[in-house]
Amino acid sequence: MRYTYFPGCSNHSSSRDYEESTREVCAALGIELVELQDWNCCGSTAVMAVDPMAAMALSARNLALAAAGGSREMVVTCNSCFSTLRRAGQFYQSEPLTRDAVDRALGEVGLTLQKPVPVRHLLDVLLNDVGLDGIGARVSNPLVGLKVVPYYGCLVGRPKNDFDDRENPCSLERLLGTTGAVLLPFEHKARCCGGALMTTKTEVALELCRDILQEAVERGAEVMAVTCPMCHLNLDAYQGQINQRFGTKFNLPILYFTQILGLSFGLREKELGLTRAMYRRFDYARV
Amino acid sequence: MEVTEVLSERELDRGFSHQVQDLPGAGGLEKCIQCGTCSGSCQMSARMDYTPRRLIEMARVGMKREVLSSRAIWYCASCYSCTVRCPRGINITEVMSGLKSLAIKNEMCSRRDDGPAFYTSFYDVIKRYGRLHEGSVIAGFAWKTNPWRLWGMAPLGWKMFLSGNLEVLPEKIKKPAEISLLLEKLGGGVMKR
Ligand code: SF4
Ligand code: SF4
Repeated sequence: MRYTYFPGCSNHSSSRDYEESTREVCAALGIELVELQDWNCCGSTAVMAVDPMAAMALSARNLALAAAGGSREMVVTCNSCFSTLRRAGQFYQSEPLTRDAVDRALGEVGLTLQKPVPVRHLLDVLLNDVGLDGIGARVSNPLVGLKVVPYYGCLVGRPKNDFDDRENPCSLERLLGTTGAVLLPFEHKARCCGGALMTTKTEVALELCRDILQEAVERGAEVMAVTCPMCHLNLDAYQGQINQRFGTKFNLPILYFTQILGLSFGLREKELGLTRAMYRRFDYARV
Repeated sequence: MEVTEVLSERELDRGFSHQVQDLPGAGGLEKCIQCGTCSGSCQMSARMDYTPRRLIEMARVGMKREVLSSRAIWYCASCYSCTVRCPRGINITEVMSGLKSLAIKNEMCSRRDDGPAFYTSFYDVIKRYGRLHEGSVIAGFAWKTNPWRLWGMAPLGWKMFLSGNLEVLPEKIKKPAEISLLLEKLGGGVMKR
C-alpha cells in the first residue's frame, strides 16, 4: 500500500512523536508513505480567520502538488490538516466562484488543480484499508488490560468524514481493541480541547482540558489515546498548568493512537517517540 | 424590565449580509429559523456576549458594527459542534470564521481580545516561510499584545526544547515566494494593521 503523506507542520516540530510513531507503525504494516514534495502549511483555523481566500490558496497548493505528483490519495495524521484540506477540496468543487478564483491564482504559479485528491486520516486508512485482521496479525505484545480512554477531539469527525459517526465516533475503540487494551466509555470523546484558544483564551481552554482529564481519571484511565497534535499539546504540555490552576493532581500519559499500536507491535520506546512526552511519560515497563 | 434600544433602518448595513455570505462556505443565512440549536450545542456560548444564534440574526439584518466588534467571535474555537447539528444546514463555523476575517479587515475588532493578534501573527509567519514556526508566531503575538507574555511562556518553550519538540530555526518551503504570491493574488494581500 502506497500513499502520499502530508505530515503537517506539527509533525516536523512539536509532534515529532506522532511523526516517528506513524512512520514506524506504517512500516510495520507494509504501508509506504511518500511525503508530498515541498508541501506548505494548510493554514489551519488561523489563516481562514484572517483571510478565507488565502486559506483556500494554501490548501489548494497542496492539493495541486499532490495531483501533479500523480497521487491517488493523501494521508494526514493531524485532525486540523485533515479538516482544513478536505474543506478546501469541498469548497473548490461546490462553489464555482471560489473555484475560478483558486484556478486563476494557481495558474500564476504554474499549478492546476481540477480534481482534488481524496484526503484521508491515518485512523481511517489503518481501520479500513489495512483492516482489523491485518492489524491484529501484527500484534506481538498484547497490552492486556491497559485501560485507555479514546479522545477524538473535534476535527477528525466534524464537520464530516466518510468513516465514522460525527457525534459518537468509535473508530479508535475498534482499532485499539485489537491491541488487547480495554477501551473505556468516554463522554468527552468528541468535545473540544480549546485548540488555539489555549493561547488567546487560556483560562477557557484550561477549563475545557480539565473537564476532559477529569472524566478520564474518574473512569480509571491509565492512558488517553489522541489523534491530533493540537489536542496532545493542550492535554499533555499544559497538564501541569491545569493542576496549578485548579488544584488537581492529574498525571495522565497522553499517547497518540499510533504510539499505542506501536507498543502492541513490540516497537521500542524511542522508536515511538515516547520519551518526548512533555508532562507525563508513559511507563514503558508497564507493557 | 430591561429595554433594548431599537435600531433604526439607517443604522443597518444592508450589504453586510452579502459580504458575509460571499465568503467560502458561509452562505445560506436566509435559511436560519432561529431555533437556537447552534447556541445550545456550543461549549463557548455561555461566555459569549452574543450567542451564535443571535450573531446569525444580527449578521443577516446588517448589524455590522455590533457583530464585528463583538467578543463572541474570538471565543469560537472552530469546533463545528453547531454546524453538524444545524437543522438548516448552515455552516455556522465558517460564518464565525468569516466574521473574524471581516472584523480584522474592517479594523473593527474588540480591543479586549487577543484573537486578532494571534491569528495575524500566524498568517504572517506562513506568508514568510510557507510553514508554521511556533516560536515566531508566539514572538509576533507577544509583540502585538504584551511582550511580558514571553516570560510566562518561557517554561513551556524550554520544556519543548528539552523534549526535542521545538524547532529552533524556521523550516521553509523551497519556494516561499510562491506562497506570498498566491496569498496576494487570492487573498486580500498584505494585512493592514
Ligand atoms: S442551528 Fe441553524 S437554524 Fe438554528 S439558529 Fe442556529 S443557524 Fe439558525
Ligand atoms: S464552532 Fe464556534 S460557534 Fe460553533 S459550537 Fe464551536 S465554538 Fe461554538
